[in-house]
Amino acid sequence: MSAASETTYTPTTKVGHITNFVDERVGGSGILREFGRKVFPDHWSFMFGEVALYSFVILLLSGTFLTFFFDPSMAETHYDGPYVPLKGIEMSVAYSSSLNISFDIRGGLFMRQVHHWAALLFVASVSVHMLRVFFTGAFRKPRELNWVVGGVLVILSMAAGFTGYSLPDDLLSGNGLRIIDGVMKSIPIVGTYLSFFLFGGEFPGTVIIGRLYVLHILLIPAIILLMVVVHLFMVVVHKHTQYPGPGRNDRNVVGYPLGPVYAAKAGGFFFIVFGVVALMAAAFTINPIWNYGPYDPSPVSAGTQPDWYIGWVDGALRLMPGWLLGLPMEWHIPLPWGVNTLSLNVLLPALVPAGIVFTVLFTYPWIERWITRDNREHHVLDRPRNVPTRTAIGVAGFVFYCVMWAAASSDLIATHFHVSLNDVTYWLRALFFIGPVLAFIVAKRVALALQRKDREIALHGRETGRIVRLPHGEYQEVHAQLDEYKRYKLVGYESPLPEAGIPNAKGIVDKKEKRRAMLSRFFFEDRVAPATPAELEAGHGHGHHEAVEAGEDTKAVSH
Amino acid sequence: MKALSQKRRHPLAAIALLLMGLMLTGGLYAVATTVNQAKAETTFSAHETAEGEKLFIANCATCHGMGASGTSSGPSLVGVGAAAVDFQVGTGRMPMQMQGPQAQKKPAQFNEEQTAQLSAYVASLGAGPAIPADEYLDGKGDAAAGGELFRVNCAMCHNAAAAGGALTRGKFAPALAGVSNAHIYEAMITGPQNMPVFNDANITPEGKRDIITFLNTIEAQGSPGGAQLGSLGPVSEGLFLWIAGLGVIVAFTIWLTSRTS
Repeated sequence: MSAASETTYTPTTKVGHITNFVDERVGGSGILREFGRKVFPDHWSFMFGEVALYSFVILLLSGTFLTFFFDPSMAETHYDGPYVPLKGIEMSVAYSSSLNISFDIRGGLFMRQVHHWAALLFVASVSVHMLRVFFTGAFRKPRELNWVVGGVLVILSMAAGFTGYSLPDDLLSGNGLRIIDGVMKSIPIVGTYLSFFLFGGEFPGTVIIGRLYVLHILLIPAIILLMVVVHLFMVVVHKHTQYPGPGRNDRNVVGYPLGPVYAAKAGGFFFIVFGVVALMAAAFTINPIWNYGPYDPSPVSAGTQPDWYIGWVDGALRLMPGWLLGLPMEWHIPLPWGVNTLSLNVLLPALVPAGIVFTVLFTYPWIERWITRDNREHHVLDRPRNVPTRTAIGVAGFVFYCVMWAAASSDLIATHFHVSLNDVTYWLRALFFIGPVLAFIVAKRVALALQRKDREIALHGRETGRIVRLPHGEYQEVHAQLDEYKRYKLVGYESPLPEAGIPNAKGIVDKKEKRRAMLSRFFFEDRVAPATPAELEAGHGHGHHEAVEAGEDTKAVSH
Repeated sequence: MKALSQKRRHPLAAIALLLMGLMLTGGLYAVATTVNQAKAETTFSAHETAEGEKLFIANCATCHGMGASGTSSGPSLVGVGAAAVDFQVGTGRMPMQMQGPQAQKKPAQFNEEQTAQLSAYVASLGAGPAIPADEYLDGKGDAAAGGELFRVNCAMCHNAAAAGGALTRGKFAPALAGVSNAHIYEAMITGPQNMPVFNDANITPEGKRDIITFLNTIEAQGSPGGAQLGSLGPVSEGLFLWIAGLGVIVAFTIWLTSRTS
């Protein structure tokens, strides 16, 4: 800004005068100079956040179109539109207007499908973005708070999705609301009151669609927008992370400036995302509300599922047995004011798994920081294999989620793979407990094996598959050495050693420190040390290799 | 002539007359109170019944027993009626391919004539639901009313879009696309496999006709929104988004970042 006011530039043309007038008051050129020079590193996995942002923009645009025609009223009406199988059927105005959007409004069905596909893509890209950030360690200092903002955004996007899913008031969305109602009512003592408060009386009542509509189009998008602004502001403040490579360290960012190439690319990418969503909306049905019919509390259709992002909670409900080891999960507790029902069969699966996932998600950066005592700023990412324990924890969490996710489609697994629904449930119940443990062990071993492979290649080069016979008769396989740049990627990482507990001022290792030492062992005990310069020297100087390699070095790997 | 007039006065003549009268009223009563009103006018000839018995002995008696009285491996078919046979044999579920949670559909083993003969034989064993009349199978009822009946009575197993669904222990409710109108009607009145019976007191013949009309309509109209992804609801939509949608997006991100300037 100061640069703009100090300028001695005098415009010569009319347009120049206007531009200069605006610039001197707004300081646009200063902002542009600052942002245009912002450097971003290039990697495909960095673009999921962008996909999420663009899907959100698509959601705002298509959602605005839908609000012009949607009427969130639960007043009763008789359908009188062109869709024959529902003609004359009694339904709510909300459902009737959703049908009108689908069949009467020009482009309405397309916009509805754009909105719904974009919603699925939004939550999916947010999730993939979050997985990328976790597995590469991008949540470490100074980005812990931005990780929390991201976690809030995941929850908000699920809330936005669910409130939208419930709006058309078709059979499917009503069934979903009934589950929410059941979960609320399972909360001890206050559950029924909460449900009556939300639904304005006994389910389904006559107000819920209007209330969800306000949440869906006003409150939740506004908070999401606010969080997105905070999220992006912090990205600018922290600068973007980068993958490890030669010349990259925690004090620089290697990449290309925003202007002009990156800005053009980002703009183009928005249209690519829009194009993909539009193509899906044009060619593939999503949420065919006309199939489901109006909501009526009595029927429940087979194959009733929530959209994918709520699936894992639905799956947990499906996995929970009503009786366990001959004990009922439902208790009638006599209290001074009467008997209350404690429905653990609903309460536990609805709250506990989600509670575990989100607690670990929000606290993980601090847990890891406490264990590693690593208080440095990190701008260079970890390759997931180089932090085997964190990667294994992530994979275990992912499998935990996926087991519940699969359980939400247990009926379709049963019919499509011709297996018994009961067996699917039993297997998934077992996997719910065993799956994450197995996943942890397997992922950790795979990560360590990949590290060993890296070390081997760094020390001895790549096997070429060429067998050479030496003059004295010995056969050897030729190893091709890596070039410096490729080798850097394989050796340039930290591999901390497990720490013993640190004694406090009195010289005593207290309980907390002992626990930390234990966790540090758990984290770092199994390790593959990166090849040191001395080892590299020794590896390359391995007598019998050298003679062959000398003639081979022009053919250094370049795959 | 004298002999004839003497026989007319036979002491057993009164008993014979009484028996004939009883059989006539009993028979009429049986006809009048058949469970299925929507009965076709076709009656089976003695020849068909005889041929059907031969087919039954050769193909069905192993499990259902001689005279269809049932064995430990198959239920008695006395009183199941012609509709049950027409459905089970006509859709290929019987003769059963293998023992399992429920009989699977397969190409029909018998042609129409043989199926009719088997129906005739089983129908001759005891009164049961008959093959429905054509007037209820024309698919010209009220699709909207049928849709409402379908959602209330059928959708919890067969899915609101009739795409089928799972039942317990390997049993399932099949998808209804491609099932003939007669078979849909017969399934409702006989309750094959794990399906409950929807008799005429439960859903009137006109209501059944409406349901058939609804199913014909949704099958014929196609999907207004594009490819249906199996009409399986949010699961297939989610799978499609993750695999195809996100897959294409990832391909684009790789393409975009592979050329740095």
